[in-house]
Amino acid sequence: MSANYLSQTSEWTFDLLADYDREIGRIAADFGLQTYPNQIEVISAEQMMDAYSTVGMPVGYHHWSFGKQFLSVEQKYRRGHMGLAYEIVINSNPCIAYLMEENSMTMQALVIAHASYGHNSFFRNNYLFQTWTNADSIIDYLLFAKNYIHKCEERYGADEVEALLDSCHTLSNYGVDRYKRPSKISLHNEEQSQKAREAHLQSQVNDLWRTLPSDNSKPDEEAKEALWPPEPQENILYFIEKNAPLLENWQREVIRIVRKISQYFYPQRQTQVMNEGWATFWHYTLINQLYDEGLVNDGFMMEFLQAHTNVIYQPPFNHPYYSGLNPYTLGFNIFQDLRRMCENPTAEDRDYFPDIAGSDWLKTLDFAMRNFKDESFIAQYLSPKVIRDMKLFSVLDDDAQNNREVSAIHNENGYKHIRHTLAEQYNLGSREPNLQIYNVDRRGDRSLTLRYEQHHRRPLNRESDKVLKHLSRLWGFAVRIESVDDQGNIEVTHEQRAD
Amino acid sequence: MTQIIDRRLNGKNKSAVNRQKFIRRYKKHLKKAVEKAVDKRSITDIERGERVNIPAGDISEPTFGIGAGGIRDMVYPGNEEFAQGDQIPRPPGGNGGSGKGEASDSGEGEDEFAFSLSREEFMDLFFEDLELPNLIKTQLATETQFKKVRAGYTHSGSPSNISVIRSMRGAMARRIALASPLKRKLRALEEQLASLPSQQTPDSAAVITLKEEIKQLKERIRRVPYIDTFDLRYNNRIDQPIPTTQAVMFCLMDVSGSMGEFEKEIAKRFFIMLHLFLSRAYERIELVFIRHHTAAKEVDEEEFFYSRETGGTIVSSALTMLADIVQERYPTSEWNIYAAQASDGDNWGDDSPRSRNMLIEKIMPYLQYYAYIEIGEGSPIGNLWQEYEKVSTACPNFAMEKISGPAEIYPVFRKLFEKQSS
Repeated sequence: MSANYLSQTSEWTFDLLADYDREIGRIAADFGLQTYPNQIEVISAEQMMDAYSTVGMPVGYHHWSFGKQFLSVEQKYRRGHMGLAYEIVINSNPCIAYLMEENSMTMQALVIAHASYGHNSFFRNNYLFQTWTNADSIIDYLLFAKNYIHKCEERYGADEVEALLDSCHTLSNYGVDRYKRPSKISLHNEEQSQKAREAHLQSQVNDLWRTLPSDNSKPDEEAKEALWPPEPQENILYFIEKNAPLLENWQREVIRIVRKISQYFYPQRQTQVMNEGWATFWHYTLINQLYDEGLVNDGFMMEFLQAHTNVIYQPPFNHPYYSGLNPYTLGFNIFQDLRRMCENPTAEDRDYFPDIAGSDWLKTLDFAMRNFKDESFIAQYLSPKVIRDMKLFSVLDDDAQNNREVSAIHNENGYKHIRHTLAEQYNLGSREPNLQIYNVDRRGDRSLTLRYEQHHRRPLNRESDKVLKHLSRLWGFAVRIESVDDQGNIEVTHEQRAD
Repeated sequence: MTQIIDRRLNGKNKSAVNRQKFIRRYKKHLKKAVEKAVDKRSITDIERGERVNIPAGDISEPTFGIGAGGIRDMVYPGNEEFAQGDQIPRPPGGNGGSGKGEASDSGEGEDEFAFSLSREEFMDLFFEDLELPNLIKTQLATETQFKKVRAGYTHSGSPSNISVIRSMRGAMARRIALASPLKRKLRALEEQLASLPSQQTPDSAAVITLKEEIKQLKERIRRVPYIDTFDLRYNNRIDQPIPTTQAVMFCLMDVSGSMGEFEKEIAKRFFIMLHLFLSRAYERIELVFIRHHTAAKEVDEEEFFYSRETGGTIVSSALTMLADIVQERYPTSEWNIYAAQASDGDNWGDDSPRSRNMLIEKIMPYLQYYAYIEIGEGSPIGNLWQEYEKVSTACPNFAMEKISGPAEIYPVFRKLFEKQSS
């Protein structure tokens, strides 16, 4: 019997890694997981911290904020405040996963199952990643970005580039097309088109600022009234890149780089629960299958289960360690319950999920993984059983009232409300303020006006003034934010004059 | 298929550039932290970096976010006692202790960003733009220390230094050079002999002469020696003077009644700084503490700073002791000598000129640098300052400054060691 075990001790070797990967890969294929080819890289703790500080980008341009990130990670790690994540995985083709050399064989196997098969298949198949990112070319693009920014530093001075990057970073969440589909990026195209862009851009910009009215028949009044841009623009960085009058071409290119990288990470921000839940579900399922086939021993399983339990631990709201919902737990529970509903449906399931109860679990999970993001995934699949198991409840906090009120708990009356509220909580659109470029005063002082659509009377945070300074630096002229409340009242809440 | 790659051997300092950028950007803050850190340290306790804090507000990367206020409905896990419709009083002065994300945006009690500077980074910041004057040793003593260093090969030397490889290589070259023309000739003769018509008898005259010549040639080739004294090469080592990498620092302090705790504290900080600074330039530093009132005494660090004594002031007593100690223990060939003196400027009237002469004649020629700081506000009590000013004109490596409060220590120190713009 023991002859079947892949390994007996917790020491790992490269041969063992290959063995485990082969077995896990075989089981994953049996379950029908489609993945990119894997590239597993073994690194040291120090290198893991490097990877951390650049949000896992294997190559990245240099900026002080990554250094700050590195210092704080290093500090915490050295003082034992924080363990490093077991793995980092990169949405690329081949899919790169980092394993830390300190891990035991069990942990390496867990990470391989989690990252190289769980995350990997998610990257490969989820519609958001399919639409927004191009796994084939991201590494090339990052390399292009790094070299380009390095060249800019040499030519225009490190300080100048740093200031520009600072401003772009503060706005990077607003460098994303939420609805338009981006064109695919590749190194070859990028280098070629970059020159072409440089040539064309300036003329375009000049066109916007043409001072001579082309059509004298129009009365001045009417021209003043007309808003420009004609439609509000959500992608602020894109708007700046194309329209800011005073920027040099290289500055536009740097803005573009930040914008593109932000766009690349956009799907990850939208699918945290799903992505982690999916990977956790699969490492759990795959390793259990290894055990069922007699390939790993009990000691291995004990260590695995302990690690797994830690990953999905959800402290209750009144616990000192509570820091929000654990996306691993939530996602894992939903996927796990989906499988249960397919295999052992109850009357309640047939009531709530008539299409799912009793269906083929592999197909159902595959569909769920491919076609949703966090918001819609929760709205679609958060089952009463998960709500009960996690004892979810919602609290309504209205600053016009003296008390906060428990608006729903995990009972028959509350399921729908909680599902709806939780889904809304994961809607990036409601987590980040809805800011759009509304108007440019083309005839007057060239000031830029943004509109903030207040939702439930929530104001902008205090940092907004600082962000506005950066925006004004990019735009080159005054910038202001008008807040629109639920009743449609408009008020200028933030303003930044040009220096 | 899966590729497994070992990346551990790759460089691990990928973030070094980012780290440097960060430090460069926040130099101002870091410098402040460094200055603060130095205040707390003992004079010899310098062999480490420092944990520094920067107010998080100054290095934040702001983003647009939703602030506190308005209406929000949030889901939490782990309900125990709540039922639908329960009212929960709002805790005073906040919008919910259990709130997450947005609640922390209100920015109450921002944390400081803390991290460690390495020792090098710490020192670089601390002594930025400063340099040590007179790093060139004043050559007064003749006995310099030497060390042997390799310097190629020579034709003569002791047998133990023979370089076998070099010698054999030379021998082979010489053998080839001397023998090859002969060998060429030999080959030609042998061919000639072989090409003679076979009908000629072996004892014909032509054959005999050829054979004779061949024999002679072979003999000459044989006589080319395998190795010759001419071939021998010896490893050459020459003496190179060793730059003196150790220094001694004399701390002189007036402990007479007029020096209070406050003045001593300032003096201490100044000495700490000097020690730190010297330790960047020298591998090894010894400290000599001399305290004096009317008589001087060599003491240890603890006693130097903390024991109390009173009495009058005779500066020259300390200077005499300094000169004696230098003579006895610190030959200038081996030591770089620095001295720092802290005083409130008080001295017995007729002692100041004596001190001046003493410095100019007996001390300054042996010293790399002498820094005098006068602590106290207002005009000096004694005439030490005036007399020392004369020393300063006579000796370029004598520097003097006044300090009136702790805030001035660092600026004064910087002034003393500022890079001379050349």
